[in-house]
Amino acid sequence: MLQPGMIAPDFTLSASLGESFTLSQNRGKRLVLAFYPADWSPVCSDQMTFYNEMLDYFTDQRATLVGISVDGKWCHAAFSNDRKLDFPLLADFEPKGAVSRTYEVYDEEAGESKRALYVIDENGIIRWSYLSPVDVNPGAAGILQALDDMNNVTQ
Amino acid sequence: MPDLRIPVSDRDHILGSPDATIELVEYGDYQCPYCGAAYPIVKRIQDELGSRLKFVFRNFPLRKIHPQALMAAVASEAASLQGKYWEMHDMLFENQKRLNYSSIINYAEHLGLDIIRFKLDVADINLEKKALSDFESGLRSGVNATPTFFVNGNKYLQDWKAPEFIQFLEQAK
Repeated sequence: MLQPGMIAPDFTLSASLGESFTLSQNRGKRLVLAFYPADWSPVCSDQMTFYNEMLDYFTDQRATLVGISVDGKWCHAAFSNDRKLDFPLLADFEPKGAVSRTYEVYDEEAGESKRALYVIDENGIIRWSYLSPVDVNPGAAGILQALDDMNNVTQ
Repeated sequence: MPDLRIPVSDRDHILGSPDATIELVEYGDYQCPYCGAAYPIVKRIQDELGSRLKFVFRNFPLRKIHPQALMAAVASEAASLQGKYWEMHDMLFENQKRLNYSSIINYAEHLGLDIIRFKLDVADINLEKKALSDFESGLRSGVNATPTFFVNGNKYLQDWKAPEFIQFLEQAK
């Protein structure tokens, strides 16, 4: 994975809730990139559904969450609509997995993104990264801790 | 550092002896079917471990997928103000498919609560805040689904549906 201190590589992907998302157009915001294998995993254990419940806690920390998988934008739109997600899902679809590869979280064998998290600061610098076992929802403890640590450095 | 960021204290709802050596904390949601499935398992654990166990329930309502979960949690807090927390807790899990407002009022009547007071308490924003107060501590403790269990402060990572859960608890120190 890319390590803390590195510049987060720029990318543009189509988004479920809008037309497109470009990383470098989000300077001044903290970003949480949540790479995940696929839409439509079972609801009660689903990482994206879980994050949707706790967006306020990210917002309180001035952080914006985006989900990223290789599913296409129509699949993302259907999934997002079904789960009533209030944050964008980005389609790393064409060329397939290109952004996931750049972020070193692409599983070549499965043809899917790994389950991985990046926290990026206001200047586009990676501040925390984490690779989760693919079948484990990593929850939010690590993300919130990383955001806390950024507050402490800034102050 | 234990996984459980906020230790059990007198602001929690605790069932069992304070001196019990085994402490089981559940983060749960009254409308979650998995929590409903865990409910009889916890009952059985309580029966088998008796005075060696104290059980703590903390609210973790997933409000978007379970729109009635928060009101149910508030109802349990309102019942607590009349000394019937665990009675309401059981009632909610035993009837988790019917958690609308009129059903909850029926449960309160069934438990013999003062209904006027109960209705006022259920509408009290401060009680709603209390019902949500465990959510962030749960997130920071690594809750990633409901139910999530902590045994003596450490997150239980195995399958709580398996018989090994009670064996693990019996050996907990």
